[in-house]
Amino acid sequence: MANVQLNGVRKTYPNGAIAVRGVDMTIDDGEFIVFVGPSGCGKSTLLRMIAGLEKITEGDIKIDDRQINDVSPADRDVAMVFQNYALYPHMTVRGNMSYGLKNRGMPKAEITKKVEEAASLLRIGDFLDRQPNQLSGGQRQRVAMGRAIVREPKVFLFDEPLSNLDAKLRVQMRIEIKRLQRRLNVTSIYVTHDQTEAMTLADRLAVINDGKIEQMGSPIELYKNPATLFVASFIGSPQVNRLPVTFDGQNLVNGDLVIPGFTGLPQKTRLVLGIRPDDLHQSGDGQFTLRVDIVEQHGADNLIYGALRGTEENDADDAEFCFKTDHSLLPALETTLQLGFDTERAMVFEQESGQRLL
Amino acid sequence: MKRVQFEHSTIPYLFVAPQIAIIVIFFLWPAAQAIYQSFLLEDAFGLSTQFVWFRNYQDTIFSPSWLQAAGFTAIFATLVTFLSLGFALLLAVKANEVIRGASTYKTTLMWAYAIAPPVAGLMGNLMFNPLIGDLYKFFNVIGWDFNHKLDSFDAGFVVVLISVWKQVSVNFIFFLSGLQSIPNSVNEASMMDCRSPTRRFWTITFPLLAPTTFFLMVINITYAFFETFGIIDTTTRGAPGGATNTLVFKVFQDGFRGADLGGSSAQSVVLMILVLALTVIQFRFIERKVHY
Repeated sequence: MANVQLNGVRKTYPNGAIAVRGVDMTIDDGEFIVFVGPSGCGKSTLLRMIAGLEKITEGDIKIDDRQINDVSPADRDVAMVFQNYALYPHMTVRGNMSYGLKNRGMPKAEITKKVEEAASLLRIGDFLDRQPNQLSGGQRQRVAMGRAIVREPKVFLFDEPLSNLDAKLRVQMRIEIKRLQRRLNVTSIYVTHDQTEAMTLADRLAVINDGKIEQMGSPIELYKNPATLFVASFIGSPQVNRLPVTFDGQNLVNGDLVIPGFTGLPQKTRLVLGIRPDDLHQSGDGQFTLRVDIVEQHGADNLIYGALRGTEENDADDAEFCFKTDHSLLPALETTLQLGFDTERAMVFEQESGQRLL
Repeated sequence: MKRVQFEHSTIPYLFVAPQIAIIVIFFLWPAAQAIYQSFLLEDAFGLSTQFVWFRNYQDTIFSPSWLQAAGFTAIFATLVTFLSLGFALLLAVKANEVIRGASTYKTTLMWAYAIAPPVAGLMGNLMFNPLIGDLYKFFNVIGWDFNHKLDSFDAGFVVVLISVWKQVSVNFIFFLSGLQSIPNSVNEASMMDCRSPTRRFWTITFPLLAPTTFFLMVINITYAFFETFGIIDTTTRGAPGGATNTLVFKVFQDGFRGADLGGSSAQSVVLMILVLALTVIQFRFIERKVHY
């Protein structure tokens, strides 16, 4: 049970590469924090600095108001679950779980008790005397978690713990991790690049990009109210639709497409209009005409992809617009759909800086 | 399980033929010759031979000089194996931790691998030469009355030192690659579980190196028994008074210098059995403790 504080934390590698450029953060007792971001954004480095596996170039990290910059990893009272489990291959499951306790001089009887408690909590009681190479991926993952749990640390650190599992198991373990964290109520920091994992697990989410925190908040807050274009595109699946536009005083304009109903935006700057696929709806007098290109049937929902009529050529990535609707609407390919949206829910960003304007 | 069955043809036999030929010509045939010879007594000129049953073996095993050589070989092999493994492990662990200039360290440490044992012996000969040898002078300067021509401990020291030096590089390469095959995350996990680096080494690193260590132990004992012949032949030649005779060197001495083919053959048969037994013991009792 502990709070964690990061003050102006920076990391520069000896070769000059900057991984983390100034992170400030306060994590409350018992909170589940997820660091999410694309690969190479510095999220793992940040976690490893908290764990003590990477030196902190600048700034400081405190756990329970104790500065831990130069404290060895074993003395920080944190436990980590690694992506590839990092189990000790020459020890049994029991050996793996008791190793950390033994090194801390805990009496044998107590170790046995704690290991068995954790094992039954994780339902690996039957495997205690097996070697890691006799276990499946999911079981190894559980052992890795068990090894962290028996330590009863102040902070749990998870470094993409589910990315080596198959899709079905990942969902199952995700729920299990959440349940365990609720039950043990230990401050946890979890790193992932998977936005579904991030959304579902986090009490609060830190979206990290290029070594900085873009935005931090509850998952729903970040989804509804992203501060930057990066956060808007990173959170939410399917991705937010992005349309490059300019403002002429009353309307947003892209080629022949004119979208009325906006005020107070700077003129002569390149802007981006962002609309979530589920904020679009079919309407006769809607702002967009979508030429249907692909229809993905997901069962309950259909995702309809296509190009907007009247827009100028833009980046291939943004050219496709996505419209999320229920399964009853199944338009033929190459036909057009009239789509509308509520201007209240539209987001406008400045293209250069990515900052949200509206 | 379904087995792949090739049509009967001579081609597979042709493929294994070179290997079989090598084994037969360079191992089985000489071994058979040695066994046959070990039952014969031949006069010095090779004009007459006599079948003597086990007399050569009796003469060998009960002769004080053979027992002396066997004793020295046992001490020598133990020292060479443990010292060269120990130093190599220490160097590999340290070199593995180096970040700046790591490849320079590694290349330098591997260099001695390319040196043949007789060459290593010659180099040692120069270093321990009473007239120009730096090590010889150094030991005498620091107050050790060092003379490997007269003192059997000093002579043993010379051959052990050279043999270990020669073998450390081989062991180093294997230990280093063994260390690098330990996943980094396992090391990191142990850093979070255990404060003491020494304890981490003995509880995590060393057990994970066990397969490498076991393999190297077998290789090193064989090295100490056989390959060090070149080093001994170029340095002490068994002197003083047979104190640094290894079993292999004595086989050579008695057979080719002493022209006692029967006795020398008997010794080589005994040596073969000894090494065989030793290897069996290693696999039987030590390999069990190895986790692959």
